[in-house]
Amino acid sequence: MTVSATGAHETASGTRFNDLTRMPDARGHFGPYGGRFVSETLSYALEDLEKTYLSLRDDPTFQAEFDYDLAHYVGRPSPLYHAKRWSESLGGAQIWLKREDLNHTGAHKVNNTIGQALLAKKTGKPRVIAETGAGQHGVATATVAARLGLECDVYMGAEDVQRQKLNVYRMRLLGARVIPVESGTRTLKDAMNEALRDWVTNVDTTFYIIGTVAGPHPYPQLVRDFNAVVGREARRQSLEQIGRLPDALIACVGGGSNAIGLFYPFVEDDAVAMYGVEAGGDGVETGRHAAPLSSNAPRGVLHGNRTYLMSDEAGQVSNTHSISAGLDYPGVGPEHALWKDVGRVNYVAANDKEVLEAFRELTQMEGIMPALESAHALAHAKVLAPTMRSDQHIVVNLSGRGDKDIMTVARIDGIEF
Amino acid sequence: MNRIDQRFSELKQQGRKALIPYITAGDPAPQYTVGFMHALVEAGADIIELGVPFSDPMADGPVIQKACERALKMGTRLVDLLDMVAEFRQADITTPVVLMGYLNPIERLGYETFADRAAEVGVDGVLVVDMPPEEADEFGPLLKVRNLAAIFLIAPTTSHARAATICAHGEGYLYYVSLKGVTGAATLNASDVAEHLAPLRDMTDLPLCVGFGIRDGVTAAEVAKVADGVIVGSALVNRIAEHAETPEIIAGQLNSVLAEMRTAMDA
Repeated sequence: MTVSATGAHETASGTRFNDLTRMPDARGHFGPYGGRFVSETLSYALEDLEKTYLSLRDDPTFQAEFDYDLAHYVGRPSPLYHAKRWSESLGGAQIWLKREDLNHTGAHKVNNTIGQALLAKKTGKPRVIAETGAGQHGVATATVAARLGLECDVYMGAEDVQRQKLNVYRMRLLGARVIPVESGTRTLKDAMNEALRDWVTNVDTTFYIIGTVAGPHPYPQLVRDFNAVVGREARRQSLEQIGRLPDALIACVGGGSNAIGLFYPFVEDDAVAMYGVEAGGDGVETGRHAAPLSSNAPRGVLHGNRTYLMSDEAGQVSNTHSISAGLDYPGVGPEHALWKDVGRVNYVAANDKEVLEAFRELTQMEGIMPALESAHALAHAKVLAPTMRSDQHIVVNLSGRGDKDIMTVARIDGIEF
Repeated sequence: MNRIDQRFSELKQQGRKALIPYITAGDPAPQYTVGFMHALVEAGADIIELGVPFSDPMADGPVIQKACERALKMGTRLVDLLDMVAEFRQADITTPVVLMGYLNPIERLGYETFADRAAEVGVDGVLVVDMPPEEADEFGPLLKVRNLAAIFLIAPTTSHARAATICAHGEGYLYYVSLKGVTGAATLNASDVAEHLAPLRDMTDLPLCVGFGIRDGVTAAEVAKVADGVIVGSALVNRIAEHAETPEIIAGQLNSVLAEMRTAMDA
């Protein structure tokens, strides 16, 4: 990492950022990334959302409502759990799990949907829509919609509908309509295209709850802010339980919402190393992966923001490959792109095989079954912990629970139900 | 003078309105596109909008999405499209050509490389759907110095303040999106359009062209009464889709759709 004498972070080309918490700028730019690259048909909706959000983010009443829901509906704070047995077996640093899997609906995604649902309520719009990959964000959206009595349509790539049947049925039980998307690669990015198309058509009645820190401004900012509760808690819990800040943080990165949530409150704590773990698929070297940052993908523009984007030489967005539907996305949140350039976060990849090993290991050694997404972070913990001393500490974001992935793992084991 | 400005000034003298067809380049296969462009000119096109196929056309409805998929399946790239314009220019040096598409293919080729080549082959304007003026700081000036018009969209939901910004940055013509939604969507109301165009007339002298929802001679003629130009896309691309297996008859089909509009608009 490059930190100048004044504590500023610097890119390779010498652009300096004095305080990484003060991002984005007024136009939604994180250095060269982010922004609002959308068709004019969407500008109004985004301006409107930005106005609503900016008027509420520092409003104590709104914050109190948000905090109340997180405490009593989501069940926060989530524990910081010392995985002693697993740490010992890895023979190095102590591993602490931030238990987002224990949230209502089983993942960190609900932090953001609670926040955006409150925004939706303020705007008085009767309908919400969402895109979803693994289905966790769709479930979290359907959940808050049920609670607030809002109509809910969830766009999901047809391929993901197939591999995440359990979550599809969960959403339907919650009263949401799940709309399979047949266009393009039939995965998360296509679901997002379709949700954006719905939104421009029905903007008067519809609030679009984006599930990750990508998309046009102000989404990367507001999704980060709603998820930052994860890192604020983890910071406080570290001080209480470890007696100091951890030496390293690890989180998986698809769009990057759980990683942003954990990292953001630590971003100016330069002594805390950070690792974002992308989906290595068959291995980054094979080209069959979903790891734009660690594979050094070219810069590009998709879904309203500039970021690292997997695309071919003609600028067509690439197919991605991952065992986990939730990380199967060719781009990444623009703030992560900036954090890569200034060297604040190390972005690495874990391939499907390593992820499955970590999934099984945590399940069997700690009795905690992680989501395959979160197992990417665990896979890197397996690499990192043994290189550290036993008096050092790693916080891993256990962003979701693995129940939804049992079928996927069973299929790999050759078991059919 | 840019060919687009030239064309609008001629139309104004003749008291006619511009007819602007859109097709996706490379649909159903790259070798047909230049022929289609000539067919459109014969049927009365004043300007041609040539779509750059993109894997994720998020502002487009199913008709243009599928056109993009067909074109990409045949390997159509932005560089091929520029070659198509060069070929078109061998036989037609007067009809303005506007490239319309999404930013990523241009960004990947490089703004400067793209702008150089576009100017060289005889492109006249560029409409990047997902690049509003606020994000065009770098790209806009590169177009301007090469006499390429930066064309922007205006929507029914665009605020007065934004409209002023867009008018200040826009060149060639303004593309007024007549409906909320994506391309190929429902029906259009001409008096509603007229109401939205009126305040824009006070902000700019640029020609105001209307797209989205124009499907036949009747809608084209209605819009032509209130706008300076009529943009038609999905109605043409639908014909290409219907006859994708027999591409040799598509040019004739495009001609008949467009000629009907031309006749209705000029009546």
